[in-house]
Amino acid sequence: MTAATLTQAQIEERRRTRRTRRALLAPALIIIVAISVLPLGITFVYSFLKPGTYGGVIWEFSTDAYVQFLFERDIFDGTLQFNDSYLTIFMRSIGLAFGATVGALILGFPTAYFIATKPREQRNLWLFLITLPFWTNLLIRTYAMLLILRDEGMINLTLMGVGVIEKPLSILYTDTAVFIGLIYTYLPFMVLPLYASLEKLDFRLVEAGYDLYANRWRVLRHIITPVAKPGIIAGCILVFIPGLGAYITPALLGGGKKLMIGNMIAIQFGSSRNWPFGSAAALILMALVVIALLIYARAAGKGARAHG
Amino acid sequence: MAETSVPTPRRAPRARDLKAMPGFKTIGWACIFALYMPLAVLIIFSFNDNRSVVKWTEFSLRWYEAALENDGIRNAAWVSVKVAAVATIFSTIAATMAALATTRTAAFRGQGLAYGIINQPLMIPEIVTAISTLSLFSLVKQATGVTGIGYLMAAHTAFCIPFAFMPIRARLEDMTLTLEQAGADLYATPWQSFRYITLPLLMPGILAGAMLAFVVSLDDVIITLMVAGPGETTLPIFILGALRRGITPEINAVSTVLVAVSVILVIALFLVQGRMKK
Amino acid sequence: MSSRPAHADHQAQDRRNTISARSLVKTFGHGETRVTALDNIDVDIRENEFFTLLGPSGCGKTTLLRLIAGFELPTGGTIELEGKDITALPPHLRPVNTVFQNYALFPHMTVAENVGFGLKMLGKPSGDIDARVKKMLSLVQLEAMANRRTDQLSGGQQQRVALARALAPAPKVLLLDEPLAALDLKLRKNMQLELKSLQHETGITFVFVTHDQEEALTMSDRIAVMRDGAILQIGSPKDIYDRPTHRFVADFIGDINIFEGTVESTEGNQAKVRLRDGETVLARMPEAGTSAGSCALAVRPESLRIAGPGEAAALEGTLENVVYMGAAHNLHLRLGSGEELVVRHGGSTEGIDLSPGAQLGVVIAPGGARVLA
Repeated sequence: MTAATLTQAQIEERRRTRRTRRALLAPALIIIVAISVLPLGITFVYSFLKPGTYGGVIWEFSTDAYVQFLFERDIFDGTLQFNDSYLTIFMRSIGLAFGATVGALILGFPTAYFIATKPREQRNLWLFLITLPFWTNLLIRTYAMLLILRDEGMINLTLMGVGVIEKPLSILYTDTAVFIGLIYTYLPFMVLPLYASLEKLDFRLVEAGYDLYANRWRVLRHIITPVAKPGIIAGCILVFIPGLGAYITPALLGGGKKLMIGNMIAIQFGSSRNWPFGSAAALILMALVVIALLIYARAAGKGARAHG
Repeated sequence: MAETSVPTPRRAPRARDLKAMPGFKTIGWACIFALYMPLAVLIIFSFNDNRSVVKWTEFSLRWYEAALENDGIRNAAWVSVKVAAVATIFSTIAATMAALATTRTAAFRGQGLAYGIINQPLMIPEIVTAISTLSLFSLVKQATGVTGIGYLMAAHTAFCIPFAFMPIRARLEDMTLTLEQAGADLYATPWQSFRYITLPLLMPGILAGAMLAFVVSLDDVIITLMVAGPGETTLPIFILGALRRGITPEINAVSTVLVAVSVILVIALFLVQGRMKK
Repeated sequence: MSSRPAHADHQAQDRRNTISARSLVKTFGHGETRVTALDNIDVDIRENEFFTLLGPSGCGKTTLLRLIAGFELPTGGTIELEGKDITALPPHLRPVNTVFQNYALFPHMTVAENVGFGLKMLGKPSGDIDARVKKMLSLVQLEAMANRRTDQLSGGQQQRVALARALAPAPKVLLLDEPLAALDLKLRKNMQLELKSLQHETGITFVFVTHDQEEALTMSDRIAVMRDGAILQIGSPKDIYDRPTHRFVADFIGDINIFEGTVESTEGNQAKVRLRDGETVLARMPEAGTSAGSCALAVRPESLRIAGPGEAAALEGTLENVVYMGAAHNLHLRLGSGEELVVRHGGSTEGIDLSPGAQLGVVIAPGGARVLA
């Protein structure tokens, strides 16, 4: 009798816990599934439909969106001809994102190391200074960068004032401007994970390294880099992925001419009115992101194994 | 066999810090400079009494006055605040509930999946989320005929949830279950225990989550750009449109205000979290 | 195994039981990681007594406390409170309060709000709450601190607030989970006495968990010694100290000499035990009764003294070490069998050869040697 009530009490308690948990999780999960996950499925479906004349889709199965990615249909005879203009945009996006990642790493690593070697009470302030721009509006930061990079912007005025150049360098609306803008935007994403792993570095190891006749380069290569590796990998992925899908930076600094994938997708849903093609491009972008994440998972996994 | 005789140093060794790497300090300072210099220029020239955003003439608030009188800007600011407020309230409530579910009960099957779904908006390029949401909403609009700013608010709520979730969950994980047990031990029903113990202790986390959600909603461009209907222009969208027409100091003024709001909220957030740690 | 020794209940039989636990089992985890925290426990805690659960960490004492409080449900068995089955009752419906190990004071409330919390939850009128809080705070001498925040208090003060908070609703049972562990030695000694007198004043049953045997002996009316999820012995401090029935209990509480031996013959509750070095000793048998054969013999150092001149010695050993203890000397002797013997020699050492290597005879006080179960 008592054994039965006990079991019953336990079953009842477990059931109650489960019910409460479901009720608590429901709003967040329903909102995100309905507004963020489910639409990905719609995008997938749309990528296999035909574009409507005024935007939207016509519910007819078609693989045109994917074919269009590489080929152009001749208006007159309907034959397919290879067209590399979209492929070029993708390649340029990958190139710019990769370049920005390397650039951010080259600037971010010394910065993170510098912060990690600061006295403990100063570090939080430095981290705060690094993170603060991330919380300010991306559009405004990019606009601020635009002000700097313009022909009559800070950089050109300074260089001309010093007499290094005579007429302004045309940086704005070039790949260089987008490249600089991407580094500027995503540098905090590189510094934070790098700092997180460098902070764990036992700096006595560095001193031990010097004690054993290693020079600076060797200490950096054999003692510091292995410790920082998880941070380097995480930082690179955190810069590369959003860099690949960047929209605002190329839109403002690339002047609408030097497109990246993000802008191309947006245009399909705007002036080009080709939603299926935009959806297909979005899915290809997702595929690239997944590939990057898989590489990350492998690298991170290897790192974890190597460190036991 | 390497010799271990005492080498003659090329230059006098500096006694201090072996940890420091040459040039790292310079790069560190340069990064901070580069991160803030453009914003500083933008802010400074918003106070310039001149049409130019290049040549400084005199301090003036005329661009702030101009911005204040601009109907487009006032409407956009109102839309921004409305959307951000609604998104903040709903996302913070949903995130608080979800954080309670994932931290106050024992680990459960599907916990990883729940975390995955909650963080999904963070893992997908924003442009993909933006066009997907646009596709969904256009379908719904077609099917129901319902239009309005509700769609924009719903979209903002969704991507604000993971941001609100982070600090709330972190706070809950720092709180031991002992206090709630002490409450139950002192005759508090589960609801009373939540009302008088969990909720007040969680408040700093909820506040931090709400502030993050507000900042993130206020700053959003891409999703708003895709999803917003006519007349639903937020401040960032207004700025983007104005930039396409040309650069004016008025934009600097509006931008400075937006930056100030974000910075103030984030500093407040750091202070709240700093106090939480004590 | 059931581990309720039969002899434990011979006194104060007329007092009612406040807590009765029967066949209590608690396991954590499943399959291979399954851990048994409580293994079929039976225990009766009487009305108005200071009852201590004593044992090393991981013995299940805290688990038993948490089952009584209702923070965990047992895997099997029942718990009764004054004859009423409370096994499945949630904690907020049990008239039982807890003083937590780290006090678990509510950091967002003042001292007074902490103390009044239980009464507020019980829906008492605020006037009554204020009066009761005042009384409780004066009981623990913290009237002046009523409006302080709890993080402005010292460890000892926090401890008192936790105590006042748990006593304020006048529970049937007060559970204390190593409440003194975080205090320094001097404060701990003071609080031991204070707790004991509080228990007398309030007349509430205290169930106290500790791993500190000295604390247990000082404060308790009865002690249950636990190991590996089982209760080995229940009894008054004197019972536990003087008449340990179990080798672990003897070893865990106080200093003791334990020797291997063989029971040669028994007579009543007396046994003749032959030690490894060949000498025989008279020892008391445990109530449970052990059959003849190999056994463990226990003697407290204070039941031993050095034999005077001409006195018959029960044991003989070589002096290895003398440790001055203030009121007594601890003499470390090596027996012929190689086993070590510690003798706590009170009084004067005059006339005793304390040079290393001296051969000394040792006398066992009557009833001082016991055969362990």
